[in-house]
Amino acid sequence: MDTMAAIKQTFFQECEEQLAELEQGLMTIEREEGDVETINAVFRAVHSIKGGAGAFGLDDLVRFAHTFETTLDGMRSGKLDATPQIVRLMLRSADILADLVRISRDGGEPDQARVAQMSDELSRAGGAHAAPVPEAMPQPLIGDGFEADEFGFAPTPVAFDFGADADSEPADTGVDEFGFAPVAISFDTLVGDVEEAGQTYDIVFKPAPGLYAKANDALRLLRELGRLGDMTVTCETDTVPLLSELDPEGAYLTWKIELKTDAAETAVREIFEFVEFDCELSIARRLNLDGTADVVAQPMEDLVPADEPVEVLAPIAPVTVAEIAPPAERTSPAAASQPVQAATAQQPTIRVDLDRVDRLIDLVGELVINQSMLAQRVTEAGIARLSDVAVGLDDLENLTREIQDSVMAIRAQPVRPIFQRMSRVVREVADMTGKSVRLVTEGENCEVDKTVIERLADPLTHMIRNAIDHGLESPEKRVAAGKPEQGVVRMIAAHRSGRVVIEVSDDGAGINRAKVREIAIGKGLIEENLQLTDSEIDDLIFAPGFSTASTISDVSGRGVGMDVVRRSIQALGGRITITSRPGKGTTFTLSLPLTLAVLDGMVVTVAGQTLVVPLSAIVETLQPKASEVHSLGESARVIAIRGSFIPLIDVGSVLGYRSDEAQPTHSVAVLVETENQSQCALMVDGIIGQQQVVIKSLEANYGHVFGVAAATILGDGRVAVILDVDAIVAGSRSEAARADAIRKRNAA
Amino acid sequence: MMQIREQDAATASELIAFRLGEQEFCVDIMSVRDIRGWTPTTPLPHASDYVKGVINLRGAVLPVVDLAARLGFRPAEPSARHVIIITQVGTQTIGLLVDAVSDILTVNSGSIQPTPNVASELARVFMKGVIAMEGRMISLIALDSVLMNDHAAQGLPN
Repeated sequence: MDTMAAIKQTFFQECEEQLAELEQGLMTIEREEGDVETINAVFRAVHSIKGGAGAFGLDDLVRFAHTFETTLDGMRSGKLDATPQIVRLMLRSADILADLVRISRDGGEPDQARVAQMSDELSRAGGAHAAPVPEAMPQPLIGDGFEADEFGFAPTPVAFDFGADADSEPADTGVDEFGFAPVAISFDTLVGDVEEAGQTYDIVFKPAPGLYAKANDALRLLRELGRLGDMTVTCETDTVPLLSELDPEGAYLTWKIELKTDAAETAVREIFEFVEFDCELSIARRLNLDGTADVVAQPMEDLVPADEPVEVLAPIAPVTVAEIAPPAERTSPAAASQPVQAATAQQPTIRVDLDRVDRLIDLVGELVINQSMLAQRVTEAGIARLSDVAVGLDDLENLTREIQDSVMAIRAQPVRPIFQRMSRVVREVADMTGKSVRLVTEGENCEVDKTVIERLADPLTHMIRNAIDHGLESPEKRVAAGKPEQGVVRMIAAHRSGRVVIEVSDDGAGINRAKVREIAIGKGLIEENLQLTDSEIDDLIFAPGFSTASTISDVSGRGVGMDVVRRSIQALGGRITITSRPGKGTTFTLSLPLTLAVLDGMVVTVAGQTLVVPLSAIVETLQPKASEVHSLGESARVIAIRGSFIPLIDVGSVLGYRSDEAQPTHSVAVLVETENQSQCALMVDGIIGQQQVVIKSLEANYGHVFGVAAATILGDGRVAVILDVDAIVAGSRSEAARADAIRKRNAA
Repeated sequence: MMQIREQDAATASELIAFRLGEQEFCVDIMSVRDIRGWTPTTPLPHASDYVKGVINLRGAVLPVVDLAARLGFRPAEPSARHVIIITQVGTQTIGLLVDAVSDILTVNSGSIQPTPNVASELARVFMKGVIAMEGRMISLIALDSVLMNDHAAQGLPN
């Protein structure tokens, strides 16, 4: 990978973090728990995405981020209230921003219409503070929110003066009622003219330690600034402490800069763009007009020689002042409220290639195997338990276990990002279905292996959609049922006995069992007169091809059913169950392994081979009695367990290890549950025990093997295969044919 | 050895020669990762008869192919004297079960002759060429065809 691609990759990784922070911040604001720092963090996130995107020439992203940032800035400066509507708009904009980031990374075409519409809404929301002129114009000084300080310069005649010019300008502020919107633009243009005539800025620049820590150089910034025009710089050194008190990593200098330039204020500001949050900065423009001394009290004479087109300035003077004032106000609170400590308080982290971590996990796996081999040898050699060797070996064992845990922890990540992604799904589905939904999350700090988290996104998305679309009633029905209009979807993660449990629940109407039953009969999934318990009916939801939606809505018509959800959860070595209470709601419970690198298995023997059966599939084990085993048809056998007959499958013959079926009464039956919830009893010769095994790929060097999910290495260094229970059960359906084929081959 | 190998690489290649019964074969030393003694393998369900099973090589699970059986000879009856040559074939690592490693040869690429046009299809598929040396004939194994087009890889019984 070339350097540029590597930097770009880092940028996208950082984008993900920024997006997460953005969303988290916005949600904090939504809960009305946000403070100034939250708004700053949100602003900073969008700002740094914009900065990075600019460096890589990602124009779409820059454009949208800029619009977003502008509106956020309105919020930051207190001009735009964080009303629920505004926050929702921002959250939706954050979604679009995330889309644009992903498109920039993975390729594809952004939904331009949606982006444009959102930009439009953003500018309109932002415009409400930046240019309230349109609304206020017909009745100046009357509208509330129209402050006399800011606009106390009798704008009415001015607006008419420039109305004619304004018409020729593209009206892109989106306010078109009276054609007043362009007025703001024409002001801009005129302000621009003024700036080009030459300005003097007073800049106070006080770097924070973070600025230097990020390898910025104040001198470089000053040099850049110097390129814009004539500059006088004074460095204030009074704040430098005595040598004994000097922190070598501290920042003590303040620069006062007087800059005479033709450049616009934005150009000046841009120089500080990347250090904005690591310094105290104030940029003030000296004004040469009466009544403007409140911005900067400077003698006018300084400026007059530079300002030749005084005639041009004079008539628009009041307008100019109005346009200048907001930026000046914007600067000071923002700069003052930037806590310098924020950046340094973070826990330091490093980014590592997943490959390296995987290699480390492999190595530790070997270490564990080696250690247990060594232990076995020591026992075999008959060395006394309290000898130095044995004691040293015990220490080694403890160390090994600790290393293994720590290495596994490297891959572990909190489920927070995936939970955050779900809040977007909630918003989208709520919008689509017209329901009002609140997402409550708990246990976001629960840590799970990264690979598990990645593969949780799709099933969770579907479950959330399901909960809102099918679970929650319409607002009217909720009110009628005496519930609050707003539905609640809860997503809870918790660690439970070495696994992570994720619950997705809604407070909706619960499963309509009569309807589920009716549909299942209609689709031929169950017999009409079959008696089912409530939980058996609930389970029908997972049947392939099942859908309770009477009409295919936007949400449910995505071609994914709960059967796919169940399958993907099972592919992760997890289980999914459903509980429902009529009128109270439905809960889906996922139980997942903490990592995909390790599996809880039951080690069994079959035809002299050692195999591992994933514990997640096992319901129970039992020793069949002759009276419980019945023959069914030519070769099939079933076992009676608590009144139902369950097919018996001889693992040895399905895998082709032996051609003769084992005697059930000499075997152990391992009762397993498969993806379609049907139960089967696997016959194995014996059970060695339960243990955690490290999963090794068989595909990498060989290929997929029927009936085998993966391989693992046992304590003696030998390889054992891990059974693919579903495949074995499915394969046993054509077992007779298969067994025949194997018998023939072996005979040949 | 690494040094020598790199210097010679421009003009000559080094080959590892081994025996299967009375015949001699060789593979490019660059594709050889390890040579180890026979260790019991774990048989795989529904594998072809020439796939002895899988072994653990420093944490990786890799298949061991009985090269004799693969070439259509009598399958080996592995004993402690047999060796497994661990080779890298593309992205896969596989072990070749052979009778014994006999030699390390340095040959110029010019001295590799095309496989004689014999009737045996297996010979044509699995040999890249033959090398004449001191009155011996050593066949160069086409490693990529050893596990290639293998229905065992799909896990279906023959």
